[in-house]
Amino acid sequence: MTTPPPDDIRGPSLWTSIRRPRRYREEGARAAIIAAISTVVVFALLAWWVLSSEAWPEVQQQFFNPDHFTASWPDVLDGFWLNIQMFAVAEVLILIVALVLAMIRALRGPAFFPLRVLVIGFIDLVRGIPIILLILLLGFGVPALQLPGVPNSPLFWGVTALVISYSAYTAEVYRAGIESVHESQRMAGRSLGLTQIQSLRYVTVPQAIRNVIPALLNGFVSLQKDVALVFVLGVREAVREAQIYNARTFNYTAYVAAAVLFLVASVPVARFADWYTERVRRRRQSVGGV
Amino acid sequence: MNDNRFARLTALVSALALVLAACGGDGAEDTTTTAAAADTTTEAPAATTTTEGATTTTGDGDGCAVDNLDVVTPGQVTVATGEPVFPPWMGVGDDNFDVPESGTGFEGALVYELADELDFSDDQVVFVRTGFDEAIAPGPKEWDFNIQQYSITEERDEVVDFSDPYYETRQALVTFPDSEYANATTIADLQDAVLGAAIGTTSLDFIENVIQPDTEPSVYDENVDVEAAMNADQIDGLVVDLPTAYFITAVQVEGSVIAGQFETQAADPDQFGLLFEEGNPLVECVNEALETLREAGTLAELEEEWLTQDGEIPTISG
Repeated sequence: MTTPPPDDIRGPSLWTSIRRPRRYREEGARAAIIAAISTVVVFALLAWWVLSSEAWPEVQQQFFNPDHFTASWPDVLDGFWLNIQMFAVAEVLILIVALVLAMIRALRGPAFFPLRVLVIGFIDLVRGIPIILLILLLGFGVPALQLPGVPNSPLFWGVTALVISYSAYTAEVYRAGIESVHESQRMAGRSLGLTQIQSLRYVTVPQAIRNVIPALLNGFVSLQKDVALVFVLGVREAVREAQIYNARTFNYTAYVAAAVLFLVASVPVARFADWYTERVRRRRQSVGGV
Repeated sequence: MNDNRFARLTALVSALALVLAACGGDGAEDTTTTAAAADTTTEAPAATTTTEGATTTTGDGDGCAVDNLDVVTPGQVTVATGEPVFPPWMGVGDDNFDVPESGTGFEGALVYELADELDFSDDQVVFVRTGFDEAIAPGPKEWDFNIQQYSITEERDEVVDFSDPYYETRQALVTFPDSEYANATTIADLQDAVLGAAIGTTSLDFIENVIQPDTEPSVYDENVDVEAAMNADQIDGLVVDLPTAYFITAVQVEGSVIAGQFETQAADPDQFGLLFEEGNPLVECVNEALETLREAGTLAELEEEWLTQDGEIPTISG
C-alpha cells in the first residue's frame, strides 16, 4: 500500500477527494506487477517443496482424498449447521452480557463498589479458567447435581460456558472502548442534567462501541471456531463428525472438509473487519479527528 | 487501492491453485499407491479371519529369530498403548493402575507372552504411550506395534496393518438399574433410548448400524466421558465391549449395571488386533507367535484369567 502524504493543512481531505497524480498511479502499477510476480514465485516454491516430499502421495491419500471428502461432507456439513446455530445464539448473548458487565464496571461512586467488585471478581475468575475446563465443568458437573428445573442438555451448558467465558473477555474490550472516550464527554452529559447511568448509556457507550467494533469482530472470528469445543460434551458438531469419520476410516480428509467450512465462515468476517477498520481510520483522518 | 486489491487477488488465486493441486493430484499416482496398499494387505493375510492366520506359519523360522527382527530400537520390543490404560486390559489391581509394565490385565499379560515367544526377555519390553490419533497418523512410527483394543476393519486395514485377531468381543449395554432400559430384551426396546459411546469404537458403529435408535448417539472422547454423561443423566445408557462393561459397572460408575450383552456382533466378527505401521514386516512374526499361543491354549487361559466373570449376563436379541 502506498502511504498517503503527511497530514498538512490541505492534506487529508484532498487526498481522498481528488484523483491521484500520475506519478502515484505509475508507482501503483509497478507495485502490482512486483507483488504478482513475487506471490506466484513464493507459492510455486512452496508447492514444489511440499509436492517433492517422498511421502506426499501417502499424505495426499490421507488428507486430500476426493472420495473421502465427498463421503464425509454431508455429515460434517450437518454438524457445521449446528456450529452456526450455537455461534449465533452465543454471540448475541455475549454482546449483551458483556456490555452490562462493562457498564457496571464503569460506574463511579462508593455505592456501586460491591457491584464493581463482583464484576471484577467474575472477570478474573472466568478469564483464568481454560474454556475447555469451563465447558467440561458446567456440561458434566451441573447436570450431575440433578437439581429440579435445571436443564441437563449438553448443548445448553456448552453454549452457556462459551457465553460466560467470552463475556468476560468481551467486557474488557468494551471497557477499553469506554475508557477511550474522553472524560469531557461524560462531564458534558452530566452537566446537561443526565444521571450517571444515563450519561453512560447515551453519551459514552455509543462512542465506545464504535471505537471497539474491530476488536469485537476479532472476537466474532475467534468464537466461530471455539464453538467447536462443545464436542467434548458429546455434541455432534462439525469437528466431532469429522473425528468420527477419521476414527472409522483412519483417513483425515474429513478434517480438511471441516476446515474448509470454518474458513468459508470466518474469512469474510476477517476481511470485513479489516475493511471496516480501514474505513474508520480514513474517515477520522479526513475529518481531522475529534 | 487498486494495486493492493490486485495483489490480494493474485495471492488468493495462487493459494486456490495450491489447494486444487493438493486435492487433484494426478490420477495415475493415486491408483499406484492404492494398488501398492492392496498388495501389502493381501501379503499379510487380511487379518480378518482366524483360519487364514494359519497360513502365515509357513514363513521360515530364521526370519523371526530375535536378531533378525526388524524392530524400531534394536534389542528391545517397543510396545505402544493408550494413556492411561484401563483394566481389565492392562494394569489390574490397586497398585498397578496405569502400569502396563506390571504385566497384569489381558493385553498386558499378552504382550509379555508374545515377547517371550519372540525371544525377548521381560526387561526388553518397553512401553510407550500414544493417543488414538497419533497411532493412526501417517508417517514413521516410534514403536513396533500398538495395542489398545483396536477393532480390525477393512477400511482401517488400508491405512495400517493388523495382526491376526487376539480377542473376539461382544457389545454390552450399561445403564442404571432404575432406567427403563435396564430390562431391555430386544434391540427394538432401545429405539427411544439416547445412547452414548466413545469415538473410534465399534460400539459406536454398533449403535448406528445395528440398534439404529431414533436419536443419533452422543459421541465422546473416552469411555470416562461417556460415563460422566451417564452420571449427568444426559444419556440413558452406554455401549461398550463386554470386558470393559465389567470394569465400568464394578469400578467406575457406582450403581450401574450391565443390562445385557448383544446377540448380534458389531462387526462380523468383532475382533481386536495389534496395530502395525503399514507394511511393517514384523506382522508375520507376531502372527506366528500369536498362533503358537493360541494353539498352546495360552490365549484362552489369559481370557479366562482376566476377562471372564462369574454370573449370567442376559442377552439382548434382535
